[in-house]
Amino acid sequence: MKKTALNAMHRQMGAKMVEFAGWDMPVQFEGINAEHKAVRTKLGVFDVSHMGEFWVEGPHAFELVQKVTTNDVAALTDGKVQYSCFPNGKGGIVDDLLVYRFNTEKYLLVVNASNIDKDWAHINSRNDVGAKLANVSDEVSQLAVQGPLALKAMQKLTKTSVEDMEYYTFKVVEFAGVPDIIFSTTGYTGSGGCEIYMPNNKAEEIYNAVLEAGKEFDIKPIGLGARDTLRLESGFCLYGNDIDDTTSPIAAGLGWITKFVDGNDFIDRPLFESQKANGVPRRLKGFVMVDKGVPRHEYEVTDADGNIIGHVTSGTMSPMLHKGIGMAYVDKPFWKEGSEIYIKVRNKLLKAVITRPPFYKA
Amino acid sequence: MNIPENLKYSDDHEWLRMEGEEAIIGITDFAQSELGDIVFVEVETIDETLEKGEAFGTVEAVKTVSDLLLPVGGTILELNEKLEDEPELINKDPYGEGWIVKIKVTHPAEIDEMLNSTAYKSLIES
Repeated sequence: MKKTALNAMHRQMGAKMVEFAGWDMPVQFEGINAEHKAVRTKLGVFDVSHMGEFWVEGPHAFELVQKVTTNDVAALTDGKVQYSCFPNGKGGIVDDLLVYRFNTEKYLLVVNASNIDKDWAHINSRNDVGAKLANVSDEVSQLAVQGPLALKAMQKLTKTSVEDMEYYTFKVVEFAGVPDIIFSTTGYTGSGGCEIYMPNNKAEEIYNAVLEAGKEFDIKPIGLGARDTLRLESGFCLYGNDIDDTTSPIAAGLGWITKFVDGNDFIDRPLFESQKANGVPRRLKGFVMVDKGVPRHEYEVTDADGNIIGHVTSGTMSPMLHKGIGMAYVDKPFWKEGSEIYIKVRNKLLKAVITRPPFYKA
Repeated sequence: MNIPENLKYSDDHEWLRMEGEEAIIGITDFAQSELGDIVFVEVETIDETLEKGEAFGTVEAVKTVSDLLLPVGGTILELNEKLEDEPELINKDPYGEGWIVKIKVTHPAEIDEMLNSTAYKSLIES
């Protein structure tokens, strides 16, 4: 199993470790609910060093990124970040990712740990334009500091102004005394904060500085368990659950990152454009349980008579709402907001209502 | 790991304590710590008489669902009502406020077959 540079520190802090995408990662420290609430009300720090990072550089960098991602890379300016996905040429999604523009000839792509090898093979196979590619996933560590107090706490570690940074922007700063750190106001929790990229050999030093700077605000280390409940409460997709090689971004509700504008001739554009125009039979929708129960991945969705009309892709008990919440692919016309659907939990049909996420507004 | 000496234990990590004619059943400290934060308890077998090892309910943690298995045969008399709003009591106080059901034991001899604290301790340490 692969280990991040912070593995020993997690064990020292009493983390419960699990295997995730080939990595030995902390799933929880104090407990998922307590960690979840810490991020919603104050701040917490996640080791997300398992994520992958690719550089795309050179005069043809823009051309390649524009072609392999659905969002419009031309809309990016230097210092801005964009959420996007890689279409697979068959109407599915290779991965979802973040695209960072450093300048017109330099982009950073941040991808899911579980897909690093697949993504790397994919973009290389599509690189007939001759962009310069580098996979630095094994050299880069990443911390996510998330929560309403995250930027205030992290401001203590840099002279560059970061507290007032706009959402989905980044700066290269000196951070905790380490030069050339990428400081990005992105995240996967819906509670604000930042993601910080650093070389592996500086990870422990920076992690300690983050914990120290956050101490006065009650910072807590957060595991992957709360990362999942936080993202789901905010309605963010998880690759492998809600989206995969067989789901189109149009069906997955990712039309907003699938831009059919002039000059954005990405892979699968004609197919997705026709899906958008003609509709799809099944869509990814959020739902909130009315009856008591916890929806889970792969549970069936039915109508009132028990006919199957979809399946749950993600589900949990919302730590903030104390209700079951989830996402499911649901057949037309049951996907309409406010529609009553039923989740089959241990052979019982429990009522739920189609609800547009975020389920919890931070 | 807290393993009180005055309780009986099952291989499936339930504990049992006699209180007069009734037995009180819950899950052990080890079980709650393995499960993590418990978010939902469902018992729909009140008034049913079940055999030893049968599922009398389910407990859901954030990441997993587990059946609750009767450590001895009996009739389910009562569910701890507090768990409806505070399932986390099982995490906080597994042997006290986090008890799960009260039952009437069918064959008291089955209680003697359960593990004592020493045997249970060696089970979870093995």
